[in-house]
Amino acid sequence: MDKLLDQLTRCIEFGKINKNSPFPPDMRGLDGADELTKKALEEGLQPEQILSEALIVGMQRVGAKFTENKIFVPQMLMSAKAMTAAMVHMKPFFESGSAKRKGTFIIGTVEGDLHDIGKNLVSMMIEGNGYEVIDLGVDVKPERFLEEIEKYPKCVVGLSALLTTTMINMKETVTLIKEKYPQQKVCIGGAPVSDRFCKEINADFYSPNPQDAVTYLDSLAS
Amino acid sequence: MKYRNLAITSADDLLLGYAPFPVKTNRGLVIGGGNVYPELNFTLSSTAINENTIESIVAEYKSIVKGALERGLQLHSNGIIFEFETLPEMTKTPDYGVEIIKSMNEICEDYFQKHGMPSEIRLTPNDLREFERPPKQRTSHLLDSMLELFDRGALAGGDLLSIESTGGKEIFDDALMSCNLKEIVFSLCVLGVRDMQMLWKKIVEISDKHGKISGGDTACGFANTAMVLAEKKYIPKIVAATVRILSVVRTIVAIEEGAKGPDKDCGYEGVYLKAITGTPISMEGKTSACAHLSPLGNIAGACADLWSNESVQNIKLLADMAPTVYLEQLEYDARLFNQAIKGGKSQIKLLQKQLSESDMYFDPQAFILEPSNVISIAEEMVKGDSYIECAVNGAQKGLDLIEDAISTGRLKSSEMEDVWIESIRTELNAIPSDESLFIEEMLKTVDESKFIKEEYGL
Repeated sequence: MDKLLDQLTRCIEFGKINKNSPFPPDMRGLDGADELTKKALEEGLQPEQILSEALIVGMQRVGAKFTENKIFVPQMLMSAKAMTAAMVHMKPFFESGSAKRKGTFIIGTVEGDLHDIGKNLVSMMIEGNGYEVIDLGVDVKPERFLEEIEKYPKCVVGLSALLTTTMINMKETVTLIKEKYPQQKVCIGGAPVSDRFCKEINADFYSPNPQDAVTYLDSLAS
Repeated sequence: MKYRNLAITSADDLLLGYAPFPVKTNRGLVIGGGNVYPELNFTLSSTAINENTIESIVAEYKSIVKGALERGLQLHSNGIIFEFETLPEMTKTPDYGVEIIKSMNEICEDYFQKHGMPSEIRLTPNDLREFERPPKQRTSHLLDSMLELFDRGALAGGDLLSIESTGGKEIFDDALMSCNLKEIVFSLCVLGVRDMQMLWKKIVEISDKHGKISGGDTACGFANTAMVLAEKKYIPKIVAATVRILSVVRTIVAIEEGAKGPDKDCGYEGVYLKAITGTPISMEGKTSACAHLSPLGNIAGACADLWSNESVQNIKLLADMAPTVYLEQLEYDARLFNQAIKGGKSQIKLLQKQLSESDMYFDPQAFILEPSNVISIAEEMVKGDSYIECAVNGAQKGLDLIEDAISTGRLKSSEMEDVWIESIRTELNAIPSDESLFIEEMLKTVDESKFIKEEYGL
């Protein structure tokens, strides 16, 4: 069993999606995340065990390598694709409630701003670390965040902005959220924002990079 | 690509301050005619833009221009270009943009009349179309606002018309993150080219109607995104360098459609534009670190005709307001460039060599901007029969030069970077040079929910 989980962890770490995928070259022809997850479930392993002892471990290794500048985003994306292939088999268990994710993260680029590269990167890292991610996209009005918070009361909200002229819309969004849901946790990120700005607008956490956002969510989930 | 030959065939003739086809502005600045001028760009610090704030915003823009002109006057500047790159609200409501240009132009005219100090405004409306997902590049009502601002803004005082258009970016961004070269080529050389052909016909028509100058476009949203991501170590620098070369055929379309230059500052591919078309270019380097980091601080100046700071927020620094401070920095750089120009070709080449060699061996993105490399790559580009073939030819030549420089120990690199050379080359080799074949192939694999093919005439 341990060997199976180790193999699955390696598939996630190195982005081996399925048996047919050519990447990485040294794993060509071997089972990928798709086949191994299916096999693990068929052999009776619990979904939460597969998630916590293989899939998340693989993504954590990828996240660590990325943070240490040992790999580039495309390699991380391959790992995310492998994770997605594995999660197809896990989905029924999450839907039935027999397995649980670590939490829910609602993310969007604030109103007036169309930049989404950073946001997508954060989404990918957080999803890969065992959270459900609700991505509202770009140019998101504050009211949309409120609608989603109502659906996912225990969620954490992430706001992204890349422009000095749109970062002010973060303040409006945070103010509206906190008025209606004073306990709601909101984290922010993006090139023009800072820890100081985070405090000024009464947000809860400023993340300078995707990995710190994961660490923050983990601290809330534990 | 319409160009089959280079306007500048030798690296010896690829100079700073000179272009084969200089551009003369209404107040008499001759860009590319033996003088480098500063191009100052600025933006507001965090401010809402609406009918309640527009009056104070106009006053702020006037104050910025006045501060810069006053400093320029004290520094005996030969002339200044102000780039007014609109914020979305100023394009969505053209009245706002027009009012700002008009007010800035009054100050420019006042300094010209009273002090003989020439300056011009480059009007750069932002591309609003990307606010719709997927964007409607040809049929969106947002295009109407953009064209209205070009039209009325030109009359209000915008002498140079430019844009950073975004056609194809809806496919490009994800392609870049996964370093999918085929999709990158598709977005730049098929979608980008087609959108530029449509858009620049309209911009040139407006500028011709009003006796203004159609400046040019840049691949800022593409190749500069790649550069910034490479600086963050998100993607390999070699991919970013390749994207820069691939972006050339897209940017050149503005000139093919009748634009005269100077090309816009944030298009580092401008140096290829100068070599191929002979139009003058604006470039930005170390003095644009206020807006974004880059590995091109000195080399970017090696062939510049305008020298820009990209954008700085209007905030107070110890010396003065930031735009005034940046005007001073640009002006001192321009003085140095112009001093070399006064000394003749040998002095220009000496300064150019120093600007180039101080950067080019630290990063492949700088390496491909070195004048002799530019000419070698551009020569391969113009041999192609289609935009795709031109772009791929150039990129392959760039990879060859980079690989050689790494293998001979001249260009710094790392194992993590080097492995990408072969994979990029392989991907590029698999791209058919025939456009219709490539489009047919790509339409089967590209996520069609992200873009509307009819909006590109496909």
